[in-house]
Amino acid sequence: MNPEAVPTTEAPESLAFDLQDLFKATPRHPRFLLPLLQDIQSRYRYLPRASLKLVADHLQIPESRVYAVATFYKALSLTPKGEKTVKVCLGTACHLRGAASVLDALSRSLGIPPGGTTADLRFTLETVNCLGACALAPVVTVNERVYGQMTPGRVAELIREESHHEAD
Amino acid sequence: MKLTSTKALEEWQAGLAERERGRSSARRVRVCAGTGCLANGSARVKAAFEAEASARGLAVPLEFAAESTGCHGFCERGPLVVIQPGEIFYERVKPEDVPEIFEKTVLRGEIVSRLQYRDPNTRQPARTSGEIPFYARQHRLVLGRCGEVDPFKIESAVSRGAYRGLARALSLEPESIVSMIKESGLRGRGGGGFPTGVKWESARKAPGKHRFVLANGDEGDPGAFMDRSLMEGDPHSVLEGMIIGAYAVGSRKGFIYVRAEYPLAVKALQQAIVQAKERGLLGRNILGTGFDFDLEVCRGGGAFVCGESSALMASIEGRAGEPRVKYIRSTERGLWNCPTVLNNVETWANVPHIVLNGPAWFRSIGTEKSPGTKIFSLVGKVKNSGLVEIPMGTTLRTMIEDIGGGVLKNRAFKAVQTGGPSGGCLPADALDLPVDFDALTASGSMMGSGGMIVMDERTCMVDVARYFVDFLAEESCGKCTPCREGLKALQRILHRLCSGMGEPGDGERLREIGRTLADTALCGLGQTAPNPVLSVLRYFPQEIAEHEGEHFCRAGVCRGMYWPRIDPEKCVGCGACRKACAAGAIRGTSRTPHSVDRALCVTCGACLEACPFSAITAVRREDPE
Repeated sequence: MNPEAVPTTEAPESLAFDLQDLFKATPRHPRFLLPLLQDIQSRYRYLPRASLKLVADHLQIPESRVYAVATFYKALSLTPKGEKTVKVCLGTACHLRGAASVLDALSRSLGIPPGGTTADLRFTLETVNCLGACALAPVVTVNERVYGQMTPGRVAELIREESHHEAD
Repeated sequence: MKLTSTKALEEWQAGLAERERGRSSARRVRVCAGTGCLANGSARVKAAFEAEASARGLAVPLEFAAESTGCHGFCERGPLVVIQPGEIFYERVKPEDVPEIFEKTVLRGEIVSRLQYRDPNTRQPARTSGEIPFYARQHRLVLGRCGEVDPFKIESAVSRGAYRGLARALSLEPESIVSMIKESGLRGRGGGGFPTGVKWESARKAPGKHRFVLANGDEGDPGAFMDRSLMEGDPHSVLEGMIIGAYAVGSRKGFIYVRAEYPLAVKALQQAIVQAKERGLLGRNILGTGFDFDLEVCRGGGAFVCGESSALMASIEGRAGEPRVKYIRSTERGLWNCPTVLNNVETWANVPHIVLNGPAWFRSIGTEKSPGTKIFSLVGKVKNSGLVEIPMGTTLRTMIEDIGGGVLKNRAFKAVQTGGPSGGCLPADALDLPVDFDALTASGSMMGSGGMIVMDERTCMVDVARYFVDFLAEESCGKCTPCREGLKALQRILHRLCSGMGEPGDGERLREIGRTLADTALCGLGQTAPNPVLSVLRYFPQEIAEHEGEHFCRAGVCRGMYWPRIDPEKCVGCGACRKACAAGAIRGTSRTPHSVDRALCVTCGACLEACPFSAITAVRREDPE
């Protein structure tokens, strides 16, 4: 991805203020580390660097532990993701029914490799190992919408439809 | 209204069931709202039914009710709709079909035949779901309420018997529940097959102030979705099992760990917990017995290894989900070093049935060593995909041929993969194997959580092994060396074999690395990781040898390792392959046999997939055109 196109990962100045409600609702116990990071992730679509320090302070744990968890789980990201995350299932059932060619087609249409985000921050393309909707293989989800029995030919239609949707 | 005694629960239940019976003759439509049907637009179908009813001036819900239910299990055919009276079953219903269904079926009881399920082989239509072989051959015990109740309404589940097992359990001594589960022979449905009662007993006996009960809903195996459907379709069955388990082992706090990829399951469970608390079935002083138990949902972070018990506990504690060495069982020192019972969600959902009907009844289902039923997700190259619950001991053949309706496009069956990435691929001559924990393990595969993936002649077994090793190499947490490095070594060899660069001795190398990995890895993930490779070596040595020595892929999957050849005897010149070919490598005119131009062919395999007459086969590169 073009580094110029990556928006700043600097946190909004008001981050500490913006996250107040989350911290207030979360007891100061280390077990809330993952749920807290998930909430921040769903709010900003990534974990701003400064938020890791704030989380560490709130839960009274070392920042290194926050960083370890933030980088271990795939659902968390340190770089901004698009408004819509397109997930292509590469589970066994999807693999057997041609998921790889659907992924190729999406990658070509969006102009980004798997794992990438479009320059306008609208779409992120990801692969997942199974969405548990195997009877609909191959499956693609966009945020929480599920598209079953996908083919490379239906990719253009999916992107058109999703471009009309407002951000979720 | 809080229920303060088991008697109050029974009365409430009786009242709800009575009301259900009163309404059973009324006109009702059950629309499936599982992930599969929602993806196919079932929410719009339900809305169309409601709109139609009010347009016709029917009083909703007295004269007509449209209800959402959990997964019916036949996801491929969604949206699924069942109409009362008569239990009339329709598949692939679109909002446009609703006015006609209303006019004919709801008001006059007539059938709209084009929406009926037809047997893929005989074309016979089925009137009710019971007439469909896919359902008729099943034994729906754990999935019994899935597809019948609204997962977001506790009343709906209670009217169909939810929490009756809990009421009975609370009238018994905790010890006698543990021995009941032991006697029943229930084994862990997550794949290990460890006796559940033994686990409970050791946690109950372990010293400690706090005890925890956990449900493993981190269903990571690709190709498996039993747990998702259960959590989405009948969350109260999981809750009820866990409350009984907590009472039996003396726990006051439990967690349900659910995969990040299952948002609907999280929603259904959270709602179920809130409603159970409102009714006094969860929380403080459950049903006035003085027993306290609280339950919480933990969302996973998208890491396959978190399905492993010690990694799952690390994740709940708020750490990276890395497994630890288990010198001490988690029933003694598990979550926060306290005695912990971790069971799969399907195992928990079995518990209320056992408590209610007794261990002898449970033992009457299934086989001696593996009693009860098991839910499988039957997917891949099979005609009827979906969730299948069968008594243990049913043969693979019954599952694939009778329930699954056989292989897609009537191609030849090649293998069935069970047990997910830790399982193995079994060939056609294993089809008469009874499905239970021990028979599958003896054959070199395993039960696993219940994924069952059917593969046909167009599946390359070396590619399948490569696929699973790629998956595991990515998901390995990297903590122990054998798993981290061993998988990479296997990966290198398999990639070489699948790209036409196999070297003599590669098969033997795979075997040696695989065995070493199985013997030395730290956790279950690594110890079972070579299973897909070793089972392919055991059952499909020919394909490995062809990839290794001849650089030939008979399935026509591995690029550059075959040529497609069109059999002029079988080709009718339909042009399907010509249309499918993006490289323009297929020559021929309508109704005359086509041929492949090797100078242009990129061996993408699209023509092999497209041919409806199996006239195209993969031949060796050196074979003449």
